[in-house]
Amino acid sequence: MQEAIISRAKQLLADGTVNRVIGWKRGEFAYDITPAIFESPEEIDADFVYDDFTSANVSKYLVKESRKEGKILAFLKTCDTYSLNQLTKEHRVDRDNIYVVGIPSDGKLDVEKIKAKGITGITGVERNGDILTVKTIYGDETMSVADAMSNKCLSCKSKKHVTYDELIGEDGEVTDTNRFDMVEKLENMTSQERYDFWRNELSKCIRCNACRNVCPACTCENCVFNNPDSGVENKAAADSFEENMFHIIRAFHVAGRCTDCGECSRVCPQNIPLHLLNRKFIKDINSLYGEYQAGADTTSKAPLNNYTFDDCEASIVHERGVE
Amino acid sequence: MLKISIEKLNGLFKAVAEKQTLYIPADRADGASEYKKYEDGMTLSKNLNTLRSAKDFFFPQTENLADFKVEGKKIEVIDIREEAEDFVVFGVRACDARSFTILDKVFLSEPVDSYYKNRREHGTIVTMACAKPAETCFCGTFGIDPTEPEGDVSCWSDGDSIFFRPNNEKGQKFVDSVSELLEDGDTAKLDETKAQTKEIMAKLPLANLSTEAFGGDTLMEHFKSEKWAELSESCLGCGTCTFVCPTCQCYDIKDFNTGHGIKRFRCWDSCMYSDFTKMAHGNIRNSQLERFRQRFMHKLVYFPSNNNGEFGCVGCGRCLSKCPISMNIVKVMKALEVK
Amino acid sequence: MNANDTLIPYIGVVTDIREDTPDVKTFRVNAIAPDGTVGGKVFEHMPGQCAMLSVPGVGEGMFSITSSPTNKEFMEFSIKKCGCLTTWLHAMEVGQQITLRGPYGNHFPVETDLKGKDLLFIAGGIGLAPLRSVINYVRDNRANYGDVQIIYGSRSKDDLVDYQEIINEWCNDDGITVNLTIDREQEGWDGHVGFVPNYVKELNPSLSKTVLICGPPIMIKFTLAGLKELGFTETQVYTTMELRMKCAVGKCGRCNIGDKYVCKDGPVFRFDQLDELPDEY
Repeated sequence: MQEAIISRAKQLLADGTVNRVIGWKRGEFAYDITPAIFESPEEIDADFVYDDFTSANVSKYLVKESRKEGKILAFLKTCDTYSLNQLTKEHRVDRDNIYVVGIPSDGKLDVEKIKAKGITGITGVERNGDILTVKTIYGDETMSVADAMSNKCLSCKSKKHVTYDELIGEDGEVTDTNRFDMVEKLENMTSQERYDFWRNELSKCIRCNACRNVCPACTCENCVFNNPDSGVENKAAADSFEENMFHIIRAFHVAGRCTDCGECSRVCPQNIPLHLLNRKFIKDINSLYGEYQAGADTTSKAPLNNYTFDDCEASIVHERGVE
Repeated sequence: MLKISIEKLNGLFKAVAEKQTLYIPADRADGASEYKKYEDGMTLSKNLNTLRSAKDFFFPQTENLADFKVEGKKIEVIDIREEAEDFVVFGVRACDARSFTILDKVFLSEPVDSYYKNRREHGTIVTMACAKPAETCFCGTFGIDPTEPEGDVSCWSDGDSIFFRPNNEKGQKFVDSVSELLEDGDTAKLDETKAQTKEIMAKLPLANLSTEAFGGDTLMEHFKSEKWAELSESCLGCGTCTFVCPTCQCYDIKDFNTGHGIKRFRCWDSCMYSDFTKMAHGNIRNSQLERFRQRFMHKLVYFPSNNNGEFGCVGCGRCLSKCPISMNIVKVMKALEVK
Repeated sequence: MNANDTLIPYIGVVTDIREDTPDVKTFRVNAIAPDGTVGGKVFEHMPGQCAMLSVPGVGEGMFSITSSPTNKEFMEFSIKKCGCLTTWLHAMEVGQQITLRGPYGNHFPVETDLKGKDLLFIAGGIGLAPLRSVINYVRDNRANYGDVQIIYGSRSKDDLVDYQEIINEWCNDDGITVNLTIDREQEGWDGHVGFVPNYVKELNPSLSKTVLICGPPIMIKFTLAGLKELGFTETQVYTTMELRMKCAVGKCGRCNIGDKYVCKDGPVFRFDQLDELPDEY
C-alpha cells in the first residue's frame, strides 16, 4: 500500500494537481511516526511512510494548510474523512484547496499495547495475518494482532470514505460496531460506581491539553480554557473539580460534532479513555434526536448546532476569538 | 555488599513504611506504572520506569505558596509553609536520579526555593540499577551509567537478590534502619548482570547519539537554524513532553480565590503553551516554531551555558514514548547536528 | 523552614497617587512596621532594579522602581494601565495595601561604568519610569558625573510622565539639559515636535556621552540606528528590558533571551551584550 501511495503522491506533485502532500514521516524506531508535509519527490522517497503505526489523523492540520497558497494532497483513512467532512461542514477548511486521496486501513497498532505486554527494546514489527512478531534487541516476541490493535480501531465505525477525490484500493461499508458497549456498561453502573470510575481515570490527568490540541473538533481560534479568568485554565490540575470539569466541558463543546475518531484517547499520555465521554454524547444524541453520525456528510442539519455564514453573530464569534 | 533476597523485599518495604512514608513504582490497571504510597500487599513494578517522572516528589504539579487575607484595603500574608515529613522513594532509575541534580541547580541556587529544599532535605532517594533498557533509552548520551545509579542509596538486582550501597549519610541512615533484614552477599553474579547491561547499552538504537554539536557556545548557530520550521511543523503545542519530562521545571504562579481568602499557588507550566510569554501588550514567542525552539534550545544550549556544560536532559525517553506526534529531543538533536 | 522565601511578599501601603497622564499613575509606597506605623521603604534598591507588585487575587507583575535609592522616605512606581493588574492598580485609593517583593535584577552601573561620564538619557512615554530612578540618583550625587542631557518624548504633552518634576526641578538644575518633544503639534505646546529618533539625530549629541535608553521597542530600534549613524558604539548604550515574569529570580523559565534571564541577568543590558543574543524580545 505504501508504494502505491508514494507513487500516486509523486504523480500528483509532478502533474501540478497539488504543490505539497500531507502524510506521515518515519522516525527513529518502527513506530514513532510524525505527521509531515512533503514538498518534493525526494522528500517523499526519503521519509514517507504508511504502515501499521500511521494512526495520526492529519485532517486538523488542514484547517491551516488549506488556507495556504496552492492545493494540498491529503491521504485520509476512512475515519479521517469523517473529520475532514465535519471541518468542511463547519467552514473550518477550504475543501476546494485539498485533494483527498482515500486510503484503506486494516487497523493501526498501538505500541503502548505492545509495551504493556512487557515487550521492550522494540526494533521492528511484522504482521502476518493475526500474528504479530515484534523484533527486539532481546530477541523476537509474538503476540496476537488484536492485542496490539489501537483502541480506536477495535471498534471501527466505517470502512467507507465519506469524502475523497480519488481512492486507492476498494472502499468498504459502514460497519456495525460494538462501540457503545462500554458506554452501556457505564450507564448500568450505580452513580457511585460511575463516579469512582471517572475519578480514577480523570485523577490521572496532567493537564497537558494533548486531547484538546489533537481534536479535529477543537479548532476554536482561542479556547475558553486559555482564558485566565475562566477559573478552569489550561494548566494547573489544582483540584479534582478542575480535572473533572476540563474534560466534561470539552465533551459538551464537541457534542454533536465529534466524529469519534479516537485521537483524544490515542494521544493521552495517561491512557485515560476520554473517547468514552464523547461516545456517551453520541449515544444520547442518537436516542434523543435520531441516528446521527457527525462528519458523515456536509449538508444535513446537525442535532445541536449548525455553523452558517448568515449566523446573526458569526462575526462576533470570530472577532472575540482572534488573539 | 549488603543484600536482601527478592522474596523478602516486601518485608523490607513493610519495615520502612512503618517508620516513614514509602513510595514505590507500582503497576496500574493499564499496564503503566507510577509511584504509589506503599501499602501492605503492594508489589514493585517490573516496568523499566514510571510513566510520570519522579520530579513530583520535590516539585509537585501544584503547590500552595502562601495565603492572603484581604479585608477592605488591608492585606495579611499567611506563611503556610510547614516542615515536610521524612519520606523514602524506592526504585528511582539512574536517569531520574540525575534529574534531581539538574533540578537542584535551578531550585537550590540563590535565592534558594524553600519549598523544593524542604522536600529535598526530607526525602531519601533509593535508586535501582537498570538491567533491561528500552529502545527509547539514551541516558548514556548524557554520561549517565544506568548500572551505577546515583541517589542516597544505590541498589542492584542480580535476579535473586537486591544489593544496597549507601552513598551518603542519609543513605547510611536508611540502610542502618533496615540492617537486621539485610545480609552480606556475594556480588559475582551481580557483576555479570552489570556487564550484560553494558553490552546491551552499546547495542541500543540511540547508543551513538552525541551532545558534541551542542552546548553554550553553539547558541546563535542553533537558534538561527532553518530546521526549526520543519521540526516544529506538526507540533500540537500541548504540554505532554514538558509534563512527563523529569527536568522541565518552568512554572506559573497564580492566585485562587477560595471565597474565604486567596491562595497563591504555583503549577507546572509549559513553554509550549501559547500564553507562556504572553503579556498585556504582546507576546515575544507568537508562533509554535518559536515556542518549540525555546524548549529544545533551553535543554541543549541555554541550560549548559548557565550550568558548566550540564545538559537539561537525562535521556529517560519519556517524551519519545509520549509525544502525540512523536517529535522529540532525539529527532531535534539528529537534525541539528547535521551542518 | 524559618528562612524567608523570596516568593513570599512583604506588605506595603500606597500613601500617595499622582495622575501623571491619562493612562499613567505614579504610586508612592511605604512600609508598615509591625506596630502598624507607616513610613520608610519596604526594601532598598539600586537604580534600574525592579519589584514584583501584587494585589492578591488579581495578579502579580514586575515593575521598575521609579524613585531613586537616594530617596530614603518612600518608593515610587509609575505604572501604565494596560492589563488586568494595572487596571486594578489604577482604581486603587490612597491607603490601599499591596504586596511587594524584591529588589530584582541588575541595575544601571551608576557606581562603576557610568561614574565620571557625561550621560545622555533618551526616553519615550512610560520608558522614562526606570530612567527617572537613575536621573534622580545622578542629581543627588551630582559631583560623580559629568554633563547630563535628557531627551524625552511622548505622543502629546499630556502623555509626558513626571512633567511637573521635569519642568520644576530637572530643567532648573545646573549642568542638566532637558530636551522635550511630542509626536504631533498641539495647542499650548511651543517646544519641539517630532519623533524621538529624529530629534536625537537633530540634537547631534557629543560622542563622549554614555547613553541610557528606554521606551517602546520601535523607538529604541530607530534611536539605536540613529546613534550608530552619529558614531556611537553599542558599548556606549544601555537599555532596560521588560518581558513576562512570574518568579523574578530566574527559575520559572519564561523571561529568557537566549541563555540570559531578564529578571536576573537583566533588566539592564548594554547593546553589545544583546548583540550576542537571539532577537527574541
